[in-house]
Amino acid sequence: MSNDPKTGPGKPRPVLTPKRREQNRREFIRTSILGVGVLGATLAGLIPLVGQANARLRPPGAIKDRLAEQEFLAACIKCGQCVQVCPVEAILLADLADGVGIGTPYIQARDQACDFSCDGLQCVLACPTGALTHDINYPAQSRMGLARLARPGSCLAVLGQGFQGVARGAEFRGKLRYDAVDRWTPIPVADHPYDLELCDLCMRQCPIEIRLAQCADGAPPSGDVNQCPPRPAIRLEAQAGGGALPVVLDGCVGCGVCEMICPVDPAAIVIDIDRVTDAAPVG
Amino acid sequence: MNYMIESLRQLIGLDPAKPGPDDRLPEVVTLMTEKRKEKLTKEKLHVVEAGRALASDRHKWRNRRWATLIIANLLFVASYYYDVQLLEGALTASRFVGFHMADLNSALQVMLAYKHVVLNLVIGTVTVFIMWLLLGGRTFCSWVCPYHLLAEGAEKIHLWLAKRKWARDIKFHRVGRTFFYLVFIVLTLVSGYTLFETLSPTGILSRALIYGPGLALLWVLALLAFEVFVSRRAWCRYICPIGVTYGLAGVLSPVRVQYRVQDCHHEGDCRAVCLVPHVLDVTIRGRARAVTTDIGADCTRCGLCVDICPTSSLRFKVKGLDKVL
Repeated sequence: MSNDPKTGPGKPRPVLTPKRREQNRREFIRTSILGVGVLGATLAGLIPLVGQANARLRPPGAIKDRLAEQEFLAACIKCGQCVQVCPVEAILLADLADGVGIGTPYIQARDQACDFSCDGLQCVLACPTGALTHDINYPAQSRMGLARLARPGSCLAVLGQGFQGVARGAEFRGKLRYDAVDRWTPIPVADHPYDLELCDLCMRQCPIEIRLAQCADGAPPSGDVNQCPPRPAIRLEAQAGGGALPVVLDGCVGCGVCEMICPVDPAAIVIDIDRVTDAAPVG
Repeated sequence: MNYMIESLRQLIGLDPAKPGPDDRLPEVVTLMTEKRKEKLTKEKLHVVEAGRALASDRHKWRNRRWATLIIANLLFVASYYYDVQLLEGALTASRFVGFHMADLNSALQVMLAYKHVVLNLVIGTVTVFIMWLLLGGRTFCSWVCPYHLLAEGAEKIHLWLAKRKWARDIKFHRVGRTFFYLVFIVLTLVSGYTLFETLSPTGILSRALIYGPGLALLWVLALLAFEVFVSRRAWCRYICPIGVTYGLAGVLSPVRVQYRVQDCHHEGDCRAVCLVPHVLDVTIRGRARAVTTDIGADCTRCGLCVDICPTSSLRFKVKGLDKVL
């Protein structure tokens, strides 16, 4: 290229030899092939969006409407600052398989849910682009998804059974903040055994329910009454034949703690990302 | 003004302008006539080159640059690992002791796709723009980008293989990069997705270093393999839009490599090591218009040419600094 016989502006252009012209033609074709290749690879990043296959449980404040994530994917600068501030390390970054969603934050609730133990929505505060919107300030304002009792047949509460021991086994790495143990530092769930006559873990560990109870006691988190959720998220309703049925209410924000703590495998209660409270499922 | 126009021409992929017989300043014509009197033999050149090869500072700028690049990337890793608020985030966006910083190209993509800019992003983008405006624009490429370091390794392997005819160096037209740049801008704007980020080895490597490796590293490996076997430094030379963005920031930068024609042997050692050799076309005999020429904005200020030049005809300079001091 450097010996291309093109001259500076205003100079007469020398006539190209046939050999030189052929070289130029080939270079043009090669460059076009490279162009098609790069653009093809670029557009391949859109394939995972087909059927919203890469829609995921996103951190609080993600600017999306259930499965419609275009705005969120566009606004996210893929830096992972939200990952760094999360006290329970709930946030993961998507890989190449997510196409244009590469590097965007998501939560694998069964492994490590968001338990709002930061109280102040640190991930939202850390986000430099507003992909996690600064319009929300409190856990109860998030709309990540909605819990659903997917397998009532295996739910210990429905079966009228209690639960003794560590909820997810000794090997489980997930953490939760237990106010009674340590107000500030989350601890491994594996270090916190339970002894329950009737299993109520989904309700007992629900961050919304915990906040409601604290507010009822006159001790809202950080002494801030704005932290008090307006509505309950989950209740256990006693059944006629014994046992109790977990009922998800409209205060549920879809944080995933119930799915994480549910001691049966697979979890009886799961988070749907195509539903949020105050809105019907998509499609 | 001429510098800026020539800089931009080279950046978008046009060939450097060749001076006509009347374009050269009279002092350059005299200088070249003087130079011609002293014939440079092959032996003489070998002696000069060998002298440079033995010099203790022959890798001065490369070593400084590698150290900077590694430290910059390790700062990200250490900040997360030790949970200190030094340099949090990744190369795409971060906070330096609390101050927002945003990679210019990543920020551009977000602005185009999302079409809404929050204040933090404005602060981060302006900060980083001013920073690289002062430091040379594409300086980012060679002094910070982790892919650049890997690609330098791949280039060594490529050259070793090419010498034995086991690898080729297919060249592409550099205008292709400008074409990609414009297409990326239009596609990002129209689709509303940050399309380039999926392919960006800079973002992929930065996140892999900080948050752990993933499948995306296979793409980076594929790029490196392409550069080793098919086309030398193809990504940085012919494709990467990040280089264009920082190059545009660098057009106005005072940090440049300056060429002095006086002692130059025109042997081309500089062009042989350069990532973007077209910027050094001025070192070809008869190309210099003036006694000193500033190298254009497509230059990554990597300093390889400064290190290898046997006559110190290429040096770093900061425009205006001599007037200030």
